[in-house]
Amino acid sequence: LGLALYAGSLSAVSGATFLYHDYCVIGAGPAGLQAAYFLQQAGRDYVVFERSHAPGSFFALYPRHRKLISINKQYTGKSNSEFNLRHDWNSLLSHDRRLLFRHYSRDFFPNADTMVHYLEDFASLLKLRVQYNVAIIHVTLEKNEQAWNGHYFLLTDQDRKNYKCSSLLVAAGMWVPNVVNFPGSEYVEGYETVSINPEDFAGQTVLILGRGNSAFETAENILGVTNFIHMVSRSRVRLSWATHYVGDLRAINNGLLDTYQLKSLDGLLEGDLEDLAIVKDKRGKLHITLRFYLENRNISAGIDSVTLPQDELDNFATRAPYDRVIRCLGWKFDFSIYNRSLRMMPGKGNIKKYPQIKPSYESRGTRGLFILGTASHSVDFRKSAGGFIHGFRYTTRAVHRLLENRHHGVPWPATVYPITQLTNSIIKRVNEASGLYQMFSVLADIILLRENATAFEYLEEYPIGVLAELEMQTGRKARNGLFVIIMEYGRNFSGADKDVFYYNRAVGEAQHAWQSNFLHPVIYYYKHLPTEREMKLRPPDWPLPRPDAIHHIVEDFLTDWTAPNAHILPLRRFLENCLSTDLRNFFAESCFLFAFTHQKLPPFCQQGYMRMRGLVGSQELRHHAVQAGLLQDYTPTDFSGDRPPDSHDGSQEQLMRDPVIPVRPLQHLVNAKDE
Amino acid sequence: MPAQKDRWVSALVFLLFCASSMPRSGSVGLQQEPSPQHYFSGLEAGKASLAFFTPSVSPGAQPFLEQVESSAEALQDYGISVVKVNCPKEDISRYCGRENALRKAFLFRGNRLIREFPTDALFDVNSIVANVLFALLFNEVKYVETLADLENIENVLKGKSNLVFAYVPATGTAEHRAVMEAAFVYGTIHQFVLTTEAALLKATSRDDPDVSSAWLLFCHCQQATDPAQPCRRTALGEPLTLLNIHRHLKLMGAPLVTEVAEDPEKVSTVHLQLGLPLVFILSQKETYEADRRTAEFVAWQLLGKAGVALLSRDFVDLNVLHRSNVALKTPDEGMPIQYLVLEDTDEVVTLVEDKNKVKQIQEDEQQEEEEDEDEKENSNQDIQDDQVVEAVSRDKKRELPLEQVLVLTEENFHSSLSEAARTVVLFYASWEAVSLAVLRSYSEVAAHLKGTPGVLLSRVNCWDWPGLCSQENVTQFPTIRIYKEGQHSVMYEGMWGTEELSSFILLSQVPCPLKLATMDEAEGYLRGEFPSELSSHHHTSLLGVFSTATSEAREAFEEAGNILSGHVKMGMYFEDDAMALSQKYSVSPPALLLARSGGRSVEGIALSKHSVQDMVQVIRYELLDIFPEISVPNLPQYLQLGKPFLILFSAGDISQTESKEMLKLAKGGAQQAFVACWLNL
Repeated sequence: LGLALYAGSLSAVSGATFLYHDYCVIGAGPAGLQAAYFLQQAGRDYVVFERSHAPGSFFALYPRHRKLISINKQYTGKSNSEFNLRHDWNSLLSHDRRLLFRHYSRDFFPNADTMVHYLEDFASLLKLRVQYNVAIIHVTLEKNEQAWNGHYFLLTDQDRKNYKCSSLLVAAGMWVPNVVNFPGSEYVEGYETVSINPEDFAGQTVLILGRGNSAFETAENILGVTNFIHMVSRSRVRLSWATHYVGDLRAINNGLLDTYQLKSLDGLLEGDLEDLAIVKDKRGKLHITLRFYLENRNISAGIDSVTLPQDELDNFATRAPYDRVIRCLGWKFDFSIYNRSLRMMPGKGNIKKYPQIKPSYESRGTRGLFILGTASHSVDFRKSAGGFIHGFRYTTRAVHRLLENRHHGVPWPATVYPITQLTNSIIKRVNEASGLYQMFSVLADIILLRENATAFEYLEEYPIGVLAELEMQTGRKARNGLFVIIMEYGRNFSGADKDVFYYNRAVGEAQHAWQSNFLHPVIYYYKHLPTEREMKLRPPDWPLPRPDAIHHIVEDFLTDWTAPNAHILPLRRFLENCLSTDLRNFFAESCFLFAFTHQKLPPFCQQGYMRMRGLVGSQELRHHAVQAGLLQDYTPTDFSGDRPPDSHDGSQEQLMRDPVIPVRPLQHLVNAKDE
Repeated sequence: MPAQKDRWVSALVFLLFCASSMPRSGSVGLQQEPSPQHYFSGLEAGKASLAFFTPSVSPGAQPFLEQVESSAEALQDYGISVVKVNCPKEDISRYCGRENALRKAFLFRGNRLIREFPTDALFDVNSIVANVLFALLFNEVKYVETLADLENIENVLKGKSNLVFAYVPATGTAEHRAVMEAAFVYGTIHQFVLTTEAALLKATSRDDPDVSSAWLLFCHCQQATDPAQPCRRTALGEPLTLLNIHRHLKLMGAPLVTEVAEDPEKVSTVHLQLGLPLVFILSQKETYEADRRTAEFVAWQLLGKAGVALLSRDFVDLNVLHRSNVALKTPDEGMPIQYLVLEDTDEVVTLVEDKNKVKQIQEDEQQEEEEDEDEKENSNQDIQDDQVVEAVSRDKKRELPLEQVLVLTEENFHSSLSEAARTVVLFYASWEAVSLAVLRSYSEVAAHLKGTPGVLLSRVNCWDWPGLCSQENVTQFPTIRIYKEGQHSVMYEGMWGTEELSSFILLSQVPCPLKLATMDEAEGYLRGEFPSELSSHHHTSLLGVFSTATSEAREAFEEAGNILSGHVKMGMYFEDDAMALSQKYSVSPPALLLARSGGRSVEGIALSKHSVQDMVQVIRYELLDIFPEISVPNLPQYLQLGKPFLILFSAGDISQTESKEMLKLAKGGAQQAFVACWLNL
């Protein structure tokens, strides 16, 4: 089909020559390379365009002070490679075990040069098809009914070379510096160019605009040599350990908070930068004033005629003149290269730096155009990790799977299990899955039940924003109900102004699991796939609409959800209630008994014992089960048979219905997180 | 033959109660008598005893005996002894001799027989106590069937004594027992009348009664003077329990109106003691007569709900409003007496009923709360009801002897596989209960197979190495695969048991089917001596014999061997003298020769169908026994035949005769229709 389209497109376009590929990827940064990897693995026709001579050009410059704040944990005490990715924020996904970041750096916060080196290796070792030194300067559409999406993408590079693609994956990152214009902004130095040598700041007084990690990183670097540093921005500082959002101020950069609160001259201020104005005096000192004062006077007059706030308010906070003003306001998406026909629109409100996309990462304006990588963060801005390597490596894979289904008829990968494996498959995933963990409340595992709940399909890491479109997007059927497994923080736990260290913040008992604060698995049960409308009408801040049933697995200090009584048992009960079935395991002996006494056997017996795969169990285990009152003792001597008929509600019934054994309350350290 | 029959019966009963647990030990109050003579000589005049006669062991009456044992204690309270008399075998006297006497219990007063009960009327403690007392209190408790009977009794009693009329839906119930026990105590004071007729219930109660619940009326006939008027009746508003009946009778027996002349704070009556309020009608000398009538009127209204007292203000100096005419004292301690001004008697009644209602609601709430708490406890999420999980967690402290089992990782997996001819790999998850249960059996297998050359046992923890497990296509835990020379692998699909697994691993050592080269080998194979690896292994040996010409059947047989590998010991022989071999067992090739594990004889079966599927089916079918003992491991195999079962239940091994008879039956034409088998209870 691709070939036919290719031929068709060639004949349709006359004049200019186009190099055709099914997939074009703009940008060979982490997201672009990650996308390329999946396309390559699937054997797709693709190309990556990179304007620089090497991959990861952004990392070649930034962060300016070269310290990445994504953690590179060497040891977790576990060998589970999937689990370990939870604590490796730099590696991209691949089958090649050499391409794990811990083989590249031993630093917990690695150097950015290592990232560049890593990305180079990733591209070359995996032989990804990247065209370097190709800067795409214009993208437009060409209508064609035969094309995958009703149009082709026409790309033009700096040498006026043209490319044509059926699908466009934009992984160009966010590299246009955010600039605020106010009177005197010409005196402001940008983060991109400011000196990183602390000596250049010796004995100076510095004002930093912005309150993100780049601002604090800049401050951190010069903290020891300046007179003092003031930081100003519109909103209060957001600490990542309080907001649980890795994009907020990380503890590694927060040295200035320390000196501010411990009255060491440095300070933080809130104010709208738009109202600001800077005037330079004769000695080259920079004075802060308000735009409002400047508007009332003749610009041409000298500094002396400018009203400064302290003239009226003699204790005005920023009355001291500054030697330097540095702008650290972050970056925005480059909208300039897209033709109007692509309708690439900036988002609204606090996501205006990002292009508008759907939860499937497809552009709202153009079908077939997907935004990958950090520019796709509008989906989970200030929530999850979609703007960072350790998040978008999974969303990129999700986009790839959506495309495989849409264009190549390859349904979303799924494993079919018998229903007896339901509890196990969930426990396995919530304990090791890294995509669920990093992209909490964004990517979800989906369990699609088969008829009569005898089997199920397990789909990993599907974007829940497009849950309503699941059947269309994955090529799988969800007729008999589904479970959605995601991870969540407690509802009112995270926030810039929240105390995240209060007493009793940790929940230890399974029955209070729904009050868990720390990241924990939550299972939603729907009898029917939620509709588009239900998705739209869901309560704000809820990842999903109201389910038919919901279950929280209680948070765990070790994020190890394998405790038989606290984690697995309540989960099993929940699943049993949803499906009205018995998901317990039984020894062959019990199944044997059921075979004679019950018409319908529990699935474990039905699918195990009755197919000659029963669990015989060792002598000791059967003995333990008998002692627990959960298994009949059939040693011949105990069988004297003088049991009265009316106490016939004997153990085998009990075994099936409501076995009760005494609780032995294990008063383990349930609230360990308090201490 | 009777003995035979008896055993049959007992065996069937065994089946019914196969879920039974250990018998309760000890027998409180149950007397044992060695012989009938001994028993009758010991009977005291006037003393009642319930006796039953039993041959030394009669398992059929066991459940009955157990109930009798538990009722013995209750009956002892009423001076009735319960005796089990053992009948010597040769005794053919009145009580022991008759066949059905053994299915009865006999009630004696002194040595006079009062009643015989069939044991099925004595199905539990309640029915035993109720029926025994009913028989003994024949005079004290009248049984009526019609309204006329009841009215007759009423008329006779008028002016003499009161009547307690009870309806119970059936005799032998807990309510029946409660009524009988009450009659035992109050039978001399009141006349008890009992019925089970729903029509009578309808005639005596006001609203539409629920015939399934018992009901009790107290008829005040003692004070009834007018023969034309029926006696006043007061119904028991609560469930029929001994306690409630006792309370009701106590209240009915209390004086209708108590006259008091002391501080109401100090007054205490039956009502207050029983938790009911006491209403004081405040009286004065001038209005005494009217007040007394009012008090009596109110008292009738409140009968069973509250007590009524007439308090003369002339004798007691009450520090209350002069207008107050009623006082209410509640049984709750510390509650002050309420003094009220009420205008008519209805208000008094409403006042008490509302009070009771409030109390009722509070009690209900309390009960509900208790129930809630109960529920909470019941639905406690901590209660583990998964036998496998529980067993494994109880066993987790024990260190498994896994030295024989090599731990494989992502790093050493492939290199280790190539080291042994056969590597058995258990893929498991260290947090998963079934995996851990299998791991325990696996460690036993390792001990079994210790020293078996060419077999390496190993394990992979998929929780540590998920990549390796998914690479090996392991999606479920546990999974066992046997890798041959590190490449080709066979998945184990049998029971997760030590024996089954060991046998599978052993059988997997030799090719399936094993090609036999000489006649000697073939004969040795059938005798179970060849190959030597399997000589210790007692399995049915199956030998396919093919003439050189029948390649189609042979190929199918080989393919079937691949499928059944590890589960069946299969050999094949297709040398030139195959004909001779098969004719020895009077079949012609292609044929199967079957040497069952007993090793007695070799059966020859001609192979008519040559497809792989058919071949597998035939082999599986032939390996089944004709008259097997059904056991935990083999039941699914027989169930898979999809035929009805004819089961001989037996306590202990079956006898030669039984087995011979059943074999005859099984081998007959019925063989195709059902599976004949036996089950050892």
